[in-house]
Amino acid sequence: MSEQRALFDELGPRARRRSRAISGGVILLLAGLGALAALKLAENGQFSAQKWSPLFNPLDSQFTTVWTFLGGGLRNTALAGGIAIALSLVIGTVLALARVTSRRWYRWAIVGVMEFFRAVPVVISIFFASRFLPTIGVDLPLLWYLVVGLVLYNSIAIAEIVRAGILAVPRGQTEASAALGLSGAQNLWLVVLPQAFRLMLPSLISQLVIVVKDTALGFIIGFEELLRRGEIAVQTLGNPLQMYLLIGMLFFVVNSLVSALAQRVESGMRQRNGSRQSPPATLRTGFLRVPALRS
Amino acid sequence: MSALVEYLPLFGQGILRTLSICLWGGLGALLLGTLLVTFRISPVPILQRIGTGWVSVMRNVPLAVVVFFLAFGLPEIGIRGSYFWFGVSALAVYTAAFVCEALRSGINSVPIGQAEAARALGMPFRLTLLGVIVPQAIRTATPPLANTTIAMIKDSALIGAIGVGGDLFSLADTLSASRGVDVIPVLIGVVLGYLLIIAPTSALFTFSEKRSVVRA
Repeated sequence: MSEQRALFDELGPRARRRSRAISGGVILLLAGLGALAALKLAENGQFSAQKWSPLFNPLDSQFTTVWTFLGGGLRNTALAGGIAIALSLVIGTVLALARVTSRRWYRWAIVGVMEFFRAVPVVISIFFASRFLPTIGVDLPLLWYLVVGLVLYNSIAIAEIVRAGILAVPRGQTEASAALGLSGAQNLWLVVLPQAFRLMLPSLISQLVIVVKDTALGFIIGFEELLRRGEIAVQTLGNPLQMYLLIGMLFFVVNSLVSALAQRVESGMRQRNGSRQSPPATLRTGFLRVPALRS
Repeated sequence: MSALVEYLPLFGQGILRTLSICLWGGLGALLLGTLLVTFRISPVPILQRIGTGWVSVMRNVPLAVVVFFLAFGLPEIGIRGSYFWFGVSALAVYTAAFVCEALRSGINSVPIGQAEAARALGMPFRLTLLGVIVPQAIRTATPPLANTTIAMIKDSALIGAIGVGGDLFSLADTLSASRGVDVIPVLIGVVLGYLLIIAPTSALFTFSEKRSVVRA
């Protein structure tokens, strides 16, 4: 919040009083809303134990069954997300390299195909993976339709991240490797990509959050990830409100952990960056142990 | 490909339905997102916390879960409505967080000296914000806003999937399942439909970005 400090002065006595008044009003409003919600919940019998305790009370007889079932869903979510991000990373890198190294006369074709698939909603690509692949004789478990749909979209997104990473590696690196007599491929593989990947790591981990969120779309094709399993469990437990609240919380926890990891990686990088004595201004990447040449 | 021509009116209807989901959802998201960003930059701690909380929840929870919670959870406490409006509200509530972030990134990009100068001239908070910061922030906020809008248009397909009916996604479902039309032409038609909505939107944003460039 410190960046917005400049918008207003340290609050004076009058402003502070007003701020407190607003806070009080907001708290009252929230309390009112909460009370209204509680009333509505109570009116409709949503506080009854049978709706909550299978999900939240470890002593409930159904608790273990429900959580084993949901745990399996969570595992499927992680599986689909993991495979999808790994494949997207490989294909995305290949796409980015194809785009970066392409000659101008056919680059438009690569860019055009990428732009086309970028306009496809993930929902549609997952759905069509499950409809189209069987018609050409590719019968796969549901997991793979979801993965194909996710990869189709995310490899394009990752290609953009990789391209940005490659472009962010200072030009001097390529020039230096040319001066050392490395071939173009060697330069890319040994010099540019390793640096680019380190630069990209935070964005890649953030993309993982998006992939994990998108696995929830597996319900469309009936793949039993977390949300679909919740949907199935609701049919016997009859508690959609509580169930989807729980599932939202589970997603929140998983993704917060992944986001926190991304932030740690990022700040770790910045620290390593900052610990260098007087980093040369030309080298913004700063993961290199060699000092950059000043141009 | 003849299927595309044969079902052209259906595609037209699908595009209109998707468009109306997006327009209502976008309007809601814009209003709510603006409210959230004023919360986040306000001097009142509790409002700041509401803004931050909202954004972090929506960032980490899939839209599908939000949709399910509203569309299947709310009727349990006696709030009845059509899937269309539940879907649109879910889309608005979800996208608002990203609109808020886009606007905030715009506000953050305005050099701190601008706000300091405005305050040095004795401008109060509201004038500093509306007269100095926001006009400059809009320019930087335009590209992320465009991305958010395009992402929302694509997310609207999910609203079709919960049983709203009539939008481009539902059309894809009906045509390829019950009417047995070949999958590939349907896919191409549907994607062209989305492109038809996305391309003008993105052009509009590019145009407004160019318009708002300050001429020296």
